Amino acid sequence: MNRYPLWKYILIVAALLVAFIYTLPNFFGDVPAVQVMPLRSTEKVDAVLLQRVEAALKTAGVSSTGVSLDPRGVKARFADSDTQIKAKDALQTALGSSYTVALNLLSASPEWLTSMGALPMNLGLDLRGGVHFLLQVDMPKALEKAAERYQGDIRTLLREKKVRYTGIGREGESVKLRFRDAAQLDAARKAIEEAYPDLQLDESQIGEEFALVAKLKQVAQIKTQEFALKQNLTTLRNRVNELGVAEPVIQQQGIDRIVVQLPGVQDTAKAKEILGRTATLEIRMVDEERMQDPATVQAAAAGQSPFGTEMYFERNGQPVIVKKTVVLTGEYITDAQPGFDNQSNQAAVHINLDGRGARIFKNVTRENVGKRMAILLIEKGKTEVVTAPVIREEIGGGRVQITGMDSTQEANDVALLLRAGALAAPMEIVEERTIGPSLGADNIERGMNSTLIGFAAVAVFMVIYYQFFGLISVLSLSTNVFLLLALLSMMQATLTLPGIAGIALTLGMAIDANVIIAERIREELRNGNSPQASLAAGYERAWDTILDSNITTLIAGIALFWLGSGPVRGFAVTLCLGILTSMFSAVTVSRAMVNLTYGRSKHLTKVSI
Amino acid sequence: MELFHLKRDIPFMRYARSTIFASVFFIVASIALLATKGLNLGVDFTGGTMMEMGYPAAADVTSIRNHLAKNGYADAQVQNFGSSTDVLVRLPVKAGITSAQLSERVVAVLKQQEPKAELRRVEFVGPQVGGELFEDGALALLVVSIGIVLYLALRFEWRFALGAMFATAHDIFIVLGVWSLFQWDFSLTVLAAVLAILGYSVNDTVVVFDRIRENFKKTRMTDVAAIMDNAKTATLGRTIITSGTTQIMVLAMLLLGGEVLYGFALALTIGIVVGTYSSVLVASPIVLWLGVSREDFLKPPKEDSGAVV
Repeated sequence: MNRYPLWKYILIVAALLVAFIYTLPNFFGDVPAVQVMPLRSTEKVDAVLLQRVEAALKTAGVSSTGVSLDPRGVKARFADSDTQIKAKDALQTALGSSYTVALNLLSASPEWLTSMGALPMNLGLDLRGGVHFLLQVDMPKALEKAAERYQGDIRTLLREKKVRYTGIGREGESVKLRFRDAAQLDAARKAIEEAYPDLQLDESQIGEEFALVAKLKQVAQIKTQEFALKQNLTTLRNRVNELGVAEPVIQQQGIDRIVVQLPGVQDTAKAKEILGRTATLEIRMVDEERMQDPATVQAAAAGQSPFGTEMYFERNGQPVIVKKTVVLTGEYITDAQPGFDNQSNQAAVHINLDGRGARIFKNVTRENVGKRMAILLIEKGKTEVVTAPVIREEIGGGRVQITGMDSTQEANDVALLLRAGALAAPMEIVEERTIGPSLGADNIERGMNSTLIGFAAVAVFMVIYYQFFGLISVLSLSTNVFLLLALLSMMQATLTLPGIAGIALTLGMAIDANVIIAERIREELRNGNSPQASLAAGYERAWDTILDSNITTLIAGIALFWLGSGPVRGFAVTLCLGILTSMFSAVTVSRAMVNLTYGRSKHLTKVSI
Repeated sequence: MELFHLKRDIPFMRYARSTIFASVFFIVASIALLATKGLNLGVDFTGGTMMEMGYPAAADVTSIRNHLAKNGYADAQVQNFGSSTDVLVRLPVKAGITSAQLSERVVAVLKQQEPKAELRRVEFVGPQVGGELFEDGALALLVVSIGIVLYLALRFEWRFALGAMFATAHDIFIVLGVWSLFQWDFSLTVLAAVLAILGYSVNDTVVVFDRIRENFKKTRMTDVAAIMDNAKTATLGRTIITSGTTQIMVLAMLLLGGEVLYGFALALTIGIVVGTYSSVLVASPIVLWLGVSREDFLKPPKEDSGAVV
């Protein structure tokens, strides 16, 4: 009765084998590495970059133990951290400022494991040190900005349609218009409804005054907020790229929050400064007269800009002399999207300006047809000419199209830069958790040590108390550890300190199933049943109890996962998975071992329990 | 080796009145403590800034406090944390200053006094986020309780579900009561521990209940109290050994796990002790008083069986 069919043994061995392989990468530790990523997410990561990195390392005389390419960048491994730092400096000098060169740790597990998809767990910030920020996007501000934009747009529209109004003003998130009579109001209403279907219009009449209140419809409000959040995410990504963090996490949380996690960052002050910084965008005129004179251009390139001008480089390295007077700043840009020119079908970027921006732009373009204007991005105290197109005609209405880009890729790039330069709505840090690197190392050591020592103590106790069955319990508990670690590694879960606590706690509780079974077998033996029958009855009767007691704990674990945040979640994940694996290991694996030991002897007289 | 080989059933139920009385007393005392002293909520829930600083040598908490007060941080709480070289500084939420600036300024001030001081950890939680974390925690507690009651009512019987719930509430109130009595810092990880205690305590109770149910089906005894005593005696070995092994793991965490896990492990240590007590001595008397009987577990006789003559 205590025999398993062959397939069951095969299944168990297969499960353990898979578990072993997937747990393995966690034991190899890390090697120091350097990661090279392009600063702009639109730039390509390809074999060319790989070759450049290899070449740069060669010229610097730094020997790498392996250079590899992945979708995010190029990674080079080194024998020790001294070489790593040397390599970082060499690469940064060789590749220049358009690439981020970051120190990183890579798994030292052998190639064949990695190629099977067996990767080690990620370590959480509390184990490796780093910063965690939760940023709240100020959504009312985003809606106010939208209202401001519509205020300008409506004013322009009504002027074009020759509708006369007595006043226009923004009140919070809505725009209020006043008219002298109902006919003008009606005309305005029609025009606005036609041009801006996203607006909801409410009429009112107080005495002689007719008023129209325009507000974003619910759907449009949500869209505006989503857009603001997305734009802020993009901006943050670009900024974080500059920080040179190897594996940053930048994620949306809820409808108006963004999580930023920067592992390994030690200079938190700098991180905060960069996240909170507003990149500025400026539109200025190119000084065409001075550009005509090659001598002046040369002098400017050497640092001798003529009075009232400044010299910057275009992205292709061309010097451009621009006037110091700022025509427009990025604040006037409400949106920038890549697209195509309707007539020439060339790649283009479509920019929307708000009402005030549109008026300024119209005047400037009227006066400067045929000349070039430069769009400058000022970031990190460095100014770059994004593009410097020629003005072909007067541009009104606030919708600007920039052509002259080489490819759709470049159009995408420019649109992203224009959009991402600024935040759509201000953000505020509402939660911060910083763990110093030394504390992280302490945490992992303490967490691991306490779990190991606790496990060893439990094992000693079990073997003394239940003898051979205790040994089987300890072995099945060890397989439980492997299964749990394998599952966590397969899921590429992030191991945190509460996660380690969850593993420790589930180990303590997982032994429960073994105890229930052992006590049952003892009881059956005491009642005078034969050893074989007692073993079988012990496992069978214990199953119901194990199931009931584990499901209640599982309910608690699932609720913790569902409602918990950050540290609590890590604990909940390991708790839930640990319960599932413990049911398999305590019942099936330990039974298999018992069956292998006792199942074949026909006249079993004694069980070591 | 066998420690719990008992020839005769222990008459647990005879002491039911006293054990329940003791439990009710502790619950009331805990509620009174929570109502008067309340919980010392950590920055996770109240919002505020908490900073852990590492000093090269034993740090003088009083002089650090005075130094901070002189520089405009009179509301800072300074205490040792774990060892004499680690210092924990807590600051309430300040209007007008963002968290980012606050922690940096304080670090700068502390470094004036001791340039070798090292920032080990910063936790800042905005007041709004703190409130949400608290609400989510309370909601989790509620959802878990309802889920477990429903499961037990389905698998067992409603009286058992209520008995288990009372025993579990008992454990949680006592742990919270102890936290309130000593005014220990109630953080997010302590809340996680409280929820884990909930799971553990119910787990423990269910094992006993399972045996009671089995006894109801198996024996012809009619005395419900005797049936319960028998079940509890039979499972006593398991109850004590399991809580012992879990306690070993938790104690290892408490003693060796470091400061971050300390509160978590401490809550579990207390919770496991009271949880074991309640699953043996509190849960089943409630079920008995609610009037459970053998009939509740016997399968209803098949209706068509009477038709055969």
